[in-house]
Amino acid sequence: MSNQNIALETDLLYIFPEMLIHDERAGYEGYIIKAEYLLTFMLRIRDDFGYDYLSSITGVDYMPEGKMEVVYHIRKSTGGSPLVVKAQIERDNPVISSIVPIYPGAELQEREAWDLLGIKFEGHPDLRRILMWEGFSGHPLRKDWKEGYFEEDFKPFKSRWPVGHYKSAEDRNLLGTNIDYPAGFDPESWIPEPEVALYEGLGKVERKGEETGISTEQVIVNMGPQHPSTHGVFRMAVKLDGETIVGLKPVMGYLHRNHEKIGERNTYLAIMPYTDRLDYFNSMSNNFGYALAIEKLMGISPPERAEYIRIMMAELTRIVNHLALFGFLLNDLGAYFTPFLYAFEERELILDIFEAVSGSRMMCNYFRFGGVARDLPDGIVDKVKDLVFDRLPRKIDDLDLYITNNEIIRHRSEGVGIITPEQALAYSVVGPVLRASGVPYDLRRAQPYSIYNRFDFDVAVRYHGDVYDRYLVRLDEMFQSLRILKQVVNNLPEGPIQEGKPQYQVRVPAGESYGCVEGPKGELGFYVISNGKPNPWRYHVRAPSFINLTALESICIGNKIADVVVILGSIDIVLGETDR
Amino acid sequence: MSDQRNDYMFGLGVLKGLGLAFRHFLETYIDDIRHWGKRYKTPEGIAYRSSKDVKGIFTVQYPEEKLPVPEEFRFIPFLIYEEKDGMIEYRCTSCGICAKVCPPQCIWIVRSTDPNTGRPIPDPAEYYIDIDICMNCGYCAEYCPFDAIKMDHNYELASYSRINNIYDKAKLGKPLSYYASIRPINYQREENARKEAEAQKAARKSLA
Repeated sequence: MSNQNIALETDLLYIFPEMLIHDERAGYEGYIIKAEYLLTFMLRIRDDFGYDYLSSITGVDYMPEGKMEVVYHIRKSTGGSPLVVKAQIERDNPVISSIVPIYPGAELQEREAWDLLGIKFEGHPDLRRILMWEGFSGHPLRKDWKEGYFEEDFKPFKSRWPVGHYKSAEDRNLLGTNIDYPAGFDPESWIPEPEVALYEGLGKVERKGEETGISTEQVIVNMGPQHPSTHGVFRMAVKLDGETIVGLKPVMGYLHRNHEKIGERNTYLAIMPYTDRLDYFNSMSNNFGYALAIEKLMGISPPERAEYIRIMMAELTRIVNHLALFGFLLNDLGAYFTPFLYAFEERELILDIFEAVSGSRMMCNYFRFGGVARDLPDGIVDKVKDLVFDRLPRKIDDLDLYITNNEIIRHRSEGVGIITPEQALAYSVVGPVLRASGVPYDLRRAQPYSIYNRFDFDVAVRYHGDVYDRYLVRLDEMFQSLRILKQVVNNLPEGPIQEGKPQYQVRVPAGESYGCVEGPKGELGFYVISNGKPNPWRYHVRAPSFINLTALESICIGNKIADVVVILGSIDIVLGETDR
Repeated sequence: MSDQRNDYMFGLGVLKGLGLAFRHFLETYIDDIRHWGKRYKTPEGIAYRSSKDVKGIFTVQYPEEKLPVPEEFRFIPFLIYEEKDGMIEYRCTSCGICAKVCPPQCIWIVRSTDPNTGRPIPDPAEYYIDIDICMNCGYCAEYCPFDAIKMDHNYELASYSRINNIYDKAKLGKPLSYYASIRPINYQREENARKEAEAQKAARKSLA
């Protein structure tokens, strides 16, 4: 943290003496705010102090203390580390005011905290469950909640060793003893209730056409969950007036597996392969963010060579992601699979490198705390050089020639799905979508992590905020990634790749940390609370695909139904990360 | 890249794109002629199609053709045994580190005990891996202090029943020579390290 920031934060305490106190628990940072002043405070720091961009909201269950805590990470769009503010409420009656009126980007995140932890946000416009289904009982991230097939609170389980006679989970615990059905409930004959709340959220369906004399009606169309354009199992309930969209609600959670609970049951090291499965196109970036969060807690940093390897992998991942996105986006536009396969050709070559380095093409699991898993095998640097200096620039130029000035694509994407910079910041949109709206915000520059401050590159930015600019910004970003990669492969130092000895039980001191990287989809953050035990007390993922969806409704309204597919494609979501 | 929003090209962009696709199409046939007879189902043909110089078609006709996997490729662990005087001796000492570090907890080990003294002996009585649950993360191989468990290269494991997917000690065991064949560089490094450690031990003994 720079001196300037420290000065400012002492200022905050001085300015709001009646609202704030320092968070003085060991290893914690930021302020604790009295819950009743939350809205006043948020409004002041947004309008008077430039904290215009809400990064993340995390609910934490402090069961032993009988408290719930809501942690807000708020950033300035001009850069710097986030301001951490916490509000504590009673665990038995967790009610807090919603900050959606001030930061609309809080909408989905507050719904998530309600769903998983049961924190009620007063004044939230549409407080429904989001990842679990309506009718689910309980809040799964609470510490006293147990899942079906529950075995033990923490891994490693005692039944595995030294007396580990194999028994499958189903035999061990048939449907679990902790699953309750209401009296007289028969799962076979149960018919789910209609989603009244969801459709009510879309507003009333109106009859129109008085002027013309022709009676028309607005209709609600469900796109998804089984729809090829949604890139997975994602559903949009769309209210249409003719072909024009007048309302849209995203529905998600079909791929939910409670990643955070899995994380809290696991040891620190064992979470790493699970992070691969968040955004399965970019497992290297996911590893990176998680490794940074834990390294911050442990107070270690990787050796020089490991830093270079990490950045090499992270930038290759960015190129893979953007190439894959081009393929999918063009598919969404109707260019059936030819451009997709051209993009995937380069992706294959990069995945070959990942496979040789980490052992797996997609689920890399390559980063460790204080380094990387293994050194680069012989010949890999030459392969990367071939790609970076020869093949990739040539092929990305080809794609540029192929796509950028194609009239059909330009007519379909220019001026479609516009999001203004003010909207983008308010809705907490991150990554290429934010930069396409003219906000040059990139964590690699705004809050440099690892060794990004040593490299020469520009933050790609475009100004129209439409689908076409979101495409162009990614094209620019690939060229910037190539620039970074050129500097990395030319300066790759020799040396160790791991700080200290590799160990499977890491000692993580008590405290909290927020590690974040500029992933290919935007700010990917990991908020971890350690209480000194082998398992984290709280493990939260700030997923960019999830939070970018907050803006989906306001981007889509006024566009045609056929364009929703393209708009969703240009936001670039991966359901593994959205649903977690 | 251009950011000229109002330059209408009257179909030229579409034609350029189609030209690129047509070039790609032709290059496949040019490649076919240039590598006549060697392009398909030969190792050099497959290597060419996954190299940076490839033009035209780049797909591999699985299962007739298979991409070679790199040494570090990991899929489902196996247990290494050594054959000494006709006896099979597993390297595993049932220390349980693999079972503790396994993220989805798919490794089950029963430690042997000496029937006379009741003390544990370093040899697993039973060893199971539920490969339906295994996520191929490679931690067991990475953190095994005895190089007793390693990741395999065989990825064709489809079977008709889930029962077959619970691998016991016999099904997991593979000879050391197999390990040396799939991971020669790693094998050599580990052997060298072991020899060095033994030499150091011997030197220390002779000093004492």
